[in-house]
Amino acid sequence: MFRNQYDTDVTTWSPAGRLFQVEYAMEAVKQGSAAIGLRSKSHVVLACVNKANSELSSHQKKIFKADDHIGVAIAGLTADGRVLSRYMRSECINYSYSYESPLPVGRLVVQLADKAQVCTQRSWKRPYGVGLLVAGLDESGAHLYYNCPSGNYFEYQAFAIGSRSQAAKTYLERRFENFMGSSRDDLLKDALFAIRETLQGEKLTSSICTVAVVGVGEAFHILDQGTVQALIEAFEIAGEEATASEPTAADQPASEPGAAADQGAPAGHDAAPMDI
Amino acid sequence: MTKQQANWSPYDNNGGTCVAIAGADYCVIAADTRMSTGYSILTRDYSKICKLADKCVMASSGFQADVKALQKVLSARHLIYQHQHNKQMSCPAMGQLLSNTLYYKRFFPYYSFNVLGGLDNEGKGCVYTYDAVGSYERVGYSSQGSGATLITPFLDNQLKSPSPLLLPAKDAVTPLSETEAIDLVKTCFASATERDIYTGDKLEIVVLNADGIRREYMELRKD
Repeated sequence: MFRNQYDTDVTTWSPAGRLFQVEYAMEAVKQGSAAIGLRSKSHVVLACVNKANSELSSHQKKIFKADDHIGVAIAGLTADGRVLSRYMRSECINYSYSYESPLPVGRLVVQLADKAQVCTQRSWKRPYGVGLLVAGLDESGAHLYYNCPSGNYFEYQAFAIGSRSQAAKTYLERRFENFMGSSRDDLLKDALFAIRETLQGEKLTSSICTVAVVGVGEAFHILDQGTVQALIEAFEIAGEEATASEPTAADQPASEPGAAADQGAPAGHDAAPMDI
Repeated sequence: MTKQQANWSPYDNNGGTCVAIAGADYCVIAADTRMSTGYSILTRDYSKICKLADKCVMASSGFQADVKALQKVLSARHLIYQHQHNKQMSCPAMGQLLSNTLYYKRFFPYYSFNVLGGLDNEGKGCVYTYDAVGSYERVGYSSQGSGATLITPFLDNQLKSPSPLLLPAKDAVTPLSETEAIDLVKTCFASATERDIYTGDKLEIVVLNADGIRREYMELRKD
């Protein structure tokens, strides 16, 4: 994407019928570190790559619990993600308070999407720069949704977002038909394998990834490092020793929106992301 | 010309009695299960006890609609706390939250007489006692509700520590063992049931200690 005269604010259409600010927001999601989700009939697993900016700092939190039956993994501007997860928590609590039952996942996802849409139609706002993988369980089963900054949402069997997510998507595409019948452990194995695909040769250890599960009879929770490391070793997916991986676009605070747009990615027949 | 009085009240009193006793490493919270209105019984099997956090249990008598609303508000606030702090609320923290929540409705109060029991940050038993608008105090034992006037003097006799003016200061927490405290509670309710018409049917006892939470029941007179 290149700069053009229709991309200054979100309330300006281009002649081709595109809102460039929204598309740039979707770019921000692609720059964040990878997050993947997959589901079976009874469980949903979220996993993400946690790259710290430097050895001195801690990892950014990318997976949040919204309620016992819903969790979310984010990619992009993590500050926006934090704010949205606070909104999700609040909605879940208010629904439980009024109806004494858990908020159906589909409802929450629509509310999130509507919230995102508002930011695409106000001249004084900007779209949220974060993609959300919402994993949840309700009466109609296990669900995985993807919410994008455009205000669209889709339900998935498995999905990956963020940088180098295409590698994970390819892996998942090969295997997704089996997921519905998978056991919880198989799902976790596939999640870790998919994460490994995004690392491009770097060694997979529990210190650079986070895994969370929700399932029938199992409240949403993030697995602790020890458990994840045991799973990695059990599935023997540590991978080869690292050749130093290229500096990844670790999630940066909103100080570099310009850099994303100016990347000079091959222009051309990218369909407007809203067309997916 | 006398002032016009309301002939409808938003409140009702559903009766019942609650007691809590703090021990060195446990806490006993108990309440009867009778719910009444006027001279009638609504049900013989209604729990006035609510677990607010892992180490914090509340028993409330008064107007049960307000009690239920109060329990829901506190549970929701506890969820928010857990999301923000990644841990459960301690009993003293919940104690302060309850006080603030009650005072928030100072000019249309929750008609709820509460007793909060649990373990403090050091694992010792703690009991907090409240009035309807949030005034509270940490004590070694407490009783609220229709039978409180019968039970409190008895507990004073059995458990009260010597005057706080005496030095060195004595801990308000009772030296009784857990089984002795439960026995004492059963005695309290058996006595209160005899003379208070709003107390009876069944006694629900919740015990909190380092091993977790335990619940037991005892039959009371049903008349």
